[in-house]
Amino acid sequence: MKKFMSDLIVTENTPLNDQYFLLKLKAENELPVIMPGQFAEVKVEDSPSTFLRRPISINYVDRNRNEIWLLIQIVGPGTLQLSKLRPGKLLNLIYPLGNSFTYPVRKDANLLLVGGGVGIAPMLFWGAQLAAEGFHCNFLIGGRSQSNLLLLDEFKKYGEVYCTTEDGSSGEKGFVIHHSLLQNQKFDAIYTCGPTPMMKAVAGYAADNAVFCEVSLENTMACGFGACLCCVTDTTDGHVCVCTEGPVFNITKLKW
Amino acid sequence: MVDLKVNLGTLQLKNPVMTASGTFGYGTEYYDFFDVSRIGGIVVKGTTLRDRQGNKYPRMAETPSGMLNAVGLQNKGVNYFAEKIYPTLLDLDTSIFVNVSGSTVEEYVETAEIINELDHIPGIELNISCPNVKEGGMTFGTSCPSAAQVVKEVRRVYKKELMVKLSPNVTSISDIALAVEAEGADSVSLINTLLGMAIDSETRKPLLSTVTGGLSGPAVKPVALRMVWQVAQAVKIPVVGMGGIMTAADAIEFLLAGAAAIQIGTANFIDPTAPVKVLEGIEAYMLRHKINRVTDLIGALEI
Repeated sequence: MKKFMSDLIVTENTPLNDQYFLLKLKAENELPVIMPGQFAEVKVEDSPSTFLRRPISINYVDRNRNEIWLLIQIVGPGTLQLSKLRPGKLLNLIYPLGNSFTYPVRKDANLLLVGGGVGIAPMLFWGAQLAAEGFHCNFLIGGRSQSNLLLLDEFKKYGEVYCTTEDGSSGEKGFVIHHSLLQNQKFDAIYTCGPTPMMKAVAGYAADNAVFCEVSLENTMACGFGACLCCVTDTTDGHVCVCTEGPVFNITKLKW
Repeated sequence: MVDLKVNLGTLQLKNPVMTASGTFGYGTEYYDFFDVSRIGGIVVKGTTLRDRQGNKYPRMAETPSGMLNAVGLQNKGVNYFAEKIYPTLLDLDTSIFVNVSGSTVEEYVETAEIINELDHIPGIELNISCPNVKEGGMTFGTSCPSAAQVVKEVRRVYKKELMVKLSPNVTSISDIALAVEAEGADSVSLINTLLGMAIDSETRKPLLSTVTGGLSGPAVKPVALRMVWQVAQAVKIPVVGMGGIMTAADAIEFLLAGAAAIQIGTANFIDPTAPVKVLEGIEAYMLRHKINRVTDLIGALEI
């Protein structure tokens, strides 16, 4: 897939809580083909301590408006600077990068998409694509408390939504891996993105139940397109770049 | 039209802009962004005799105006390069160098011998300066006798352009440069990364799996510029300068300090079109200053 480096125009920047914001970016020309699970490397201007680009998952692609959405968590000066971008500003992206999730074989497959923290980002675009292809999705979303459960109305457009919070303020209390859904239903495929302990727990559940499972990794990287070799993960094929061989990996390939 | 051709020992480059090893893959990673045949040279990823998995993750930490890396020469070995990657590079109209590293002198020699047989590779960059491997690498490049020895042995078997990449992690880089020049190096390139480290104060842990790593980016540029200037005055062979070059102005500073050509490294990660932007910027500078030949800039520092 061809990669592009181009300036996109900020059309909306919506704070979702004190930590997260949603950036909507419009492309001047028609957006290229973008697959669910792919990401962009975002250039941060006016932040002297931010030297490298920031890899950010594609949260959603709105073809009608020719926009892409980036759901971003403020974790340092770079993402803080991005949170201050006002509509009309230009943002330089290298995209689309990385591989994508794998479609299930059968249309009647029971699918579970698990997201935690900023890891919910790729699950919206993937869920929307699955729904458009006629698949039925169950979303399981975890957060520290109710205020951390984001974009629920968007997720509800594409399937059933289940939640857990660590403080019990919404949905079932605990981590996603403790949700009753995992005991009550049998799934044909699980897709997950979020903190590594969460993904490992979900991957463990999938392995125990012999369910197809893909995880999306968020390793730190310098380039995002396979040149720096910094973002490697250990797989059955040795060290491979998360930016080009991933970010989506079948759990059978990972040495977790 | 300005004349951008530069001579690098036995070789002529069509322009002085090259890309640094380990930052440009095998060139193919950049095809979507620009026509890589426009630049003067590409130095492909560090290559060793046998497959290397490199160091454990995490291998990278962002630092003020730069980054630390501890990749550790991950590559699939010289035979894989010769059989699988080399054929994909044959159509490129630029000078392709292979960066060669090893744990022992014998490994350097054997790897260089294999690359000597590849017609479309006019030169190697002998890496005696990688700070991220336990054996070999920088250990060869930090003392004059060991640097001289590995160059001497490789020179016996390698018949084309032999460029030697020097480490800045030494007391006198000029002495090392003189030592490798005396053993037949055609040119020297510098600087490799500066040994550094980064710590997370909250967790009390290092940010790199290897604790220490190599610093690159604009943070090292003043050090690199100083070393290029010193080495260019000490040796007769051409010097290839690198270290934090982000813009054409940076590149011209290195030429003025005495570099015959420059390499762009870390900038490629942030702007994959950096090499062509630097090239176009050099041309614009030459037109603005009415300089016809880029070689007139080499060592033209006025003190």
